[in-house]
This record gives sequence, C-alpha cells and structure tokens, in this order.
Amino acid sequence: MRTIEKMQIPAENVAIVSGIGCSSRAAGYLNFQTLHTTHGRALAFATGLKMVRPELTIFVLMGDGDSTAIGGNHFIHTARRNIDVNAIIFNNQIYGMTGGQASPLTPQGKKGSTAPFGCTERNFDIMKLAMGAGATFAARSTTYHLKLLDKMIEEGVNNKGFSIVEAMTYCPTGFGRQNKSGSAAAMLNWYKDHAVPVEKAAVSDAKTVKERITIGIHHQEQEAEFVSEYEKIIESQRQKSGGSS
Amino acid sequence: MKLWQGNEACVEGAIAAGARFYAGYPITPSTEIAEIASRRLPPQGGKFIQMEDEIGGIAAMIGASVGGAKAFTATSGPGFSLMQENLGYAAMAEIPCVLVNVQRMGPSTGVATAPAQGDVMQARWGTHGDHPAIVLCPSSVEEVYYLTIEAFNLSEMLRQPVILLMDEVVGHMRENIAEPDRTKIRVIDRSKPEPDQLYLPYAEDSDVSPFAPFGEGYAYNITGLAHDEKGFPTNDGEVVRRLLDRLHQKIENNLSELPGIEEAEAADADLVILCYGCTARPAREAVRLARDSGLSVGYVRLRTLWPFPYERIAALADKKSILVPEMNMGQIIGEVERAVKGKTEVVGLWRYDGELFNPEEILKKIREVI
Repeated sequence: MRTIEKMQIPAENVAIVSGIGCSSRAAGYLNFQTLHTTHGRALAFATGLKMVRPELTIFVLMGDGDSTAIGGNHFIHTARRNIDVNAIIFNNQIYGMTGGQASPLTPQGKKGSTAPFGCTERNFDIMKLAMGAGATFAARSTTYHLKLLDKMIEEGVNNKGFSIVEAMTYCPTGFGRQNKSGSAAAMLNWYKDHAVPVEKAAVSDAKTVKERITIGIHHQEQEAEFVSEYEKIIESQRQKSGGSS
Repeated sequence: MKLWQGNEACVEGAIAAGARFYAGYPITPSTEIAEIASRRLPPQGGKFIQMEDEIGGIAAMIGASVGGAKAFTATSGPGFSLMQENLGYAAMAEIPCVLVNVQRMGPSTGVATAPAQGDVMQARWGTHGDHPAIVLCPSSVEEVYYLTIEAFNLSEMLRQPVILLMDEVVGHMRENIAEPDRTKIRVIDRSKPEPDQLYLPYAEDSDVSPFAPFGEGYAYNITGLAHDEKGFPTNDGEVVRRLLDRLHQKIENNLSELPGIEEAEAADADLVILCYGCTARPAREAVRLARDSGLSVGYVRLRTLWPFPYERIAALADKKSILVPEMNMGQIIGEVERAVKGKTEVVGLWRYDGELFNPEEILKKIREVI
C-alpha cells in the first residue's frame, strides 16, 4: 500500500490477484479491484487479465503453496514469459491457514504437522528458482526490514516484466510453536540478526552465508515484455489484413 | 459456401460472437481450435496464449473475462478433467466464458483419436459442489458455428460458464455450410453497471447483476468463496443458501433462451430415437430406412443437454418406446428414464469401441424393439 501511494499509481489502475491461503485473504481487505482465485492459479488468472488490460498494475499475492507447490508450474512459466505482473510471495515457511503443515519452503530439518520428525525434503530457494526460470527481477526482504521491502516492491513495479519479491514473514502459531522459535517478537528479531545484504554475502564465505538470509535485489535484467511483444504481432497482422476483417 | 471443419467453425463462431481471447493447452481432437485461434485472433485485435497446462488455460480465460474480454478455451476429456475446479470457480464467481470439449474415447488417455460421448456426466457434474451447468451439443459443422455463438450469448446474458460439448466426429468432419450472414446473427454482450450508482456485483434482487470489468474504475472483490451481494466472503448460512438458489434460478428462469429440441417424424411415431451430437447423423438415416420399410419411427435430438429438458421428454411417455443410442455406456438414458418415470419403455443402444454407429445397426435395434 505504501508503495502504491508513494508511486502515485491511481487506484483504478491497480488490480490485486491472489490465490488461497492466509496471504491470499489479503486481497479481500484491500479497496481495489481484487480477484481472489483458486489455490495455486493466481498467476494464470493474472496472465489473462494482464493480456486484456495491459494498463493495469497487477500485484499477485501468494503464499508458500500457491507459488512453489500447487502453483509451481505457473510460477516458472510466468517467469519464462516475462509478463509484466508483480508477484509478492509471503514466505512464512509453513502452511499457516490449514494449521502448520510442511511446505516446499519449510527448511530441511524443521518441523511441521505433516513432518513431525523434521522435514526430510530440501526447501526451494525462491531467488534461485526465479532466476533459473527467467524472471527479470527477483528480490527478497523480511518483515523486519520494511523499508527495504517497500523499496524492493517499488523496484519490482518499475521493472517492465515479471517481478518477484519474496517477503520473509513468520507464523508464530503454525511454524513457531512446532519449532520452538519463541514469540512473534523473537521470530522478528531472528530476521534482524540473520539477514545479510546480498551484496555482502557475495564476498563472505559460503559457510557463514548458509546460516543467513540474503536480502536485497538478487537478480535484475532487461528483456522484452510478453504483452508488448504480442501487441506488435497484432499490429502487424492488422496491417496485413487491411485493418479489419 | 464455406467448406469448414467443425473445429474451424467453432473458432469462426466464437469470433462472430465477439470473442477476442483464447487460452488453452493443445489436446487431440481439439487442437485445431487452438491452432486456428492463434492465427485468426490477432488480425481481429484479439489475443491467444498457449498456457502451460489446461488448468492455466481456463484460469487465464477467466482472468481475461474479468478484464472484459469474451474469452474461450478448448480441450478434450483429460484436459476437461483438469479444468473442473476452475469451471466451478467461474460458476460461483459468475464469470462469463465458453469452454469447448471435443470429446474423445476415455477413460484416461483412452483412444485419443477416436470419437465418444463419454463426458456427458462430467460436463454436468465434474466440478464439486452444487452448481448450475449449461451444456450445448452440436451435431453438424453448421450447428457448431451457430451453437458456439449461442454459447457466448448465454454466457454473457447469464454470467455463467457455458460448455460446448462436441465430439471427435463433429470436430474433425468437413462440411459445406452457407456463408453466415453476420448482420442477422444475434450477439449479446454482458451488461455493465450504470455510472454513478452503487455497484452490487452480486445483487440479490435480480437474477443476474451487471458485470463491471476490471480496469474501468469499479473497486470490488471477486472470489470463489461464498459471498454476499458486494462480493465479500461470508459464512452466513442464509446468505449462502440465497446465493446458491439464485445461481440455479437464473438459469431455470431463462430456459426459453436455451437451444431447443430438433425433431422429425416424431409426432405420430410409435418409437422415437432420442439422440444428440454425432449419433444424430446415423439415427436420422435409420429413421428414413425404418419409414421406408413401413415402421412408425421418429427422431428427437437434444441441442441442449443440460439443463436436461425433463418436461419435454416426459411428454414422450405416450410413445410405445424410446430408443437412446449413445457412444458411451449409457449416460443420458438415465435422465430419459427420470423424465418418463416408467410410463414407457426406454431402451439403450451403446457403442464404446471408438466407432461411429452405422444406420443399419440402429435399424436392427428398432426392429427388435418395435
């Protein structure tokens, strides 16, 4: 909200699309055009909307499952297409709404109600996933580093292409209780103590970085944006067919 | 005249109806619809996208419709199964869109290139929960064109996803059809809210509320959760019940808008063949052969499968028998039995070997029954 206000994007030009989960209920609390979709499919809905309404600034709010489990396929293909929507992933490392089951973002070894002995699977690193799939902007911040988070969202909006901002949040009830992470305040402090700017991490040794969360812009590149490219095709095809048919 | 394939007639009908967006995933025997849409839409200012799977296809279609475009997708049985969740979303959130299913033999991957009519019940009940369904079923290339247009019209008028249930025979067959006169075609567009009035996207005092596209200044919420008149989620049982009642009533109150029954020589017949889709073609020939040999046989063809026309079919109870040939193991026959309530004999004739009926085998069955 602060970013939309600061960037002075008119409210009627903003659309919020979300999937299913705690993060996605946010759509219903926002006074914009809001589209609360099905689990995992928010990016695919947003793709159709953006194609017919390129003038809209679209934010897609997703959680762990929406973005990397049930919606993983849409995530990588939306990144590959480089369509100009802004994905904001609320990563609380757990399925919070349904009571704390392990997600693809639950760190290996951490507990969930479906991983009572600790999660045996490795978790995704969303920044690497985004880069591998071709996203043109990928950044991470935490709910402790709010100013940076705002800045990352703003940079993402400025990127003409698919932008991913991973917001490290926390779930004291779903994740914290099972993993003895302490109070909500303690979990917030953990981010304060363990986040390191990605630029500094690049020069630190791998062993110390592994225990830390890298924040800031992880990747940025200029590539042709999908809808703009498609509209060039429409223009050339219309000229060929004499303007109408 | 135009020599069109059924799948081509579908795209041309969609364009004539005003469709300007297609999203889908290729699957035999519907793929030509995607291919032709990808070529034909851009010169009209329309857009096409091949999504990563059928789930993405229907999702992008719904997203485009929310943005104000008339949108469609096409698939076959396996892809239709994948689309079911979002089909229910479109019904619940009242998003107009058209889903074409060119049926092939199942279950599962089945025989990908063989015709069948196995998705009749999936089209009605595939998505979860109590939801309304409109399913139209063409039996010729020309009818594909006109029923595609009607599918869009009903969808726009009722804010309801509409299914066009084709089959491999109708989709791949080529027929000459008379050049459509676009000036005589009825095209219905969704209504938009009046400016400066409070906009209730799901008002309770009318069957169908206007549909404000995103991007035109109306801030409101669309959700698959049960919702109130404003579109916000609710757990209030009374509100939920009224919502579901309205979703069904808006269709029940507009049954006269649905494509009706085609019949031939049925009025005085002792036996009627009740059929739909590609099966209607050999059935019509069987009626001719039967009449030639002095048998009192007529023909009734459904163009709308769902809502099933129970009242109209109940009136067939005065016949000595009703023969229901289907390219499945008997799906619509159950509805025929429900309609006639045991007052007359209902006999099924089923094929599920990927081959079209031939008229002689239908005639043979007529001779057994009559």
